[in-house]
Amino acid sequence: MKFGIVINEGPYTHQSSDSALQFVKAAIDKGHEIFRVFFYHDGVNNGTSLGVPPQDDRNLTKEWSELAGKHGLDLVVCVAAAQRRGILDEDEMGRHGKSASNLAPGFRISGLGQLIEAGIQSDRLVTFGD
Amino acid sequence: MENGEGVVKKFCYINRKAPYGTIYALESLEVVLIAAAFDQDISLVFADDGVYQLTKGQDTEGIGMKNFSKTYTALGDYDIKKVYVEKESLEERGLSADDLQALKYEDEDDDWAEKDSLFIVGRNDLATIIDEQDVILSF
Amino acid sequence: MAVLHTVNKSPFERNALESCLRLAKAGSSILLFEDGVVGAMQNTRFSERIAQAMHDFSFYVLGPDIKARGLGGDKIIDGIQVVDYNDFVDLTTAHDTVQSWL
Repeated sequence: MKFGIVINEGPYTHQSSDSALQFVKAAIDKGHEIFRVFFYHDGVNNGTSLGVPPQDDRNLTKEWSELAGKHGLDLVVCVAAAQRRGILDEDEMGRHGKSASNLAPGFRISGLGQLIEAGIQSDRLVTFGD
Repeated sequence: MENGEGVVKKFCYINRKAPYGTIYALESLEVVLIAAAFDQDISLVFADDGVYQLTKGQDTEGIGMKNFSKTYTALGDYDIKKVYVEKESLEERGLSADDLQALKYEDEDDDWAEKDSLFIVGRNDLATIIDEQDVILSF
Repeated sequence: MAVLHTVNKSPFERNALESCLRLAKAGSSILLFEDGVVGAMQNTRFSERIAQAMHDFSFYVLGPDIKARGLGGDKIIDGIQVVDYNDFVDLTTAHDTVQSWL
């Protein structure tokens, strides 16, 4: 089956991203397809490359990036939510005249239409949030 | 529409949080406005503290935040005609239909007559509505 | 095959479980995970309510979240099925829709 995943909270404060990661790994192991993982609300903070968690803690952004690299996951960060919270790719950095970009590898920034499309295209949409 | 052409699913947006204290109400509304362009079968549900999103007379001047409550009255222009408010959630909060904004749409099949798009429904009817959906997004 | 409802908040903190029980249609399934696993415990102020709701719903609770919180298997209300992440995935495919009570 095709899954769409929605993550509404940032890493570390809430368990949402951890739970979603475990769910996605299990779904992939079972041979399901992950159509898209959509990051919304504070969930966009999962896409920052600037996090430096302590060495004995998990690095959620890195885990998502690696999983995306390994399985070709489409990790989409909502542009409107990301702009509010300071998550920028190089295009956005240029467009808004900012001094840096911080979108982690494997993530891309796009519009809310990608969430609706995930709902249309996926057999199941599963939301993780607060 | 890219990739989703021809598919019409029943999309339901469930709102259970009050506005302003957290961003969920505003960002839910942003999703709904985008969703309207995808020609899907959209229902909005307001239950629990979500009913506070629809109250009349919101004035955010004193809190420095944007008042987005007027946007709900524009939903009809986006062809969103099914807004369900749970009756029991209103009653538990000492609210009635009179405390909420009127939500209308113009029916193109009926000479653009203005009709209500807000329906106050009991929990059993709401349970059935939720049960019939293809895709549920919660905020 | 009906809706899978997920609840990830403790009933002591939020009304997510209560709202789920109120608005889920009989015949649905309910999965408790994250802090929601608290709702699956015996001898709480909510246990009786859950036991009653079992007439209408199938209850599941995510084992890894129970273990993480030090809440042993013998403390779970009889009739609630303990599942792992593989089962969580299977539950979503076995139902038509997933509603997350955030």
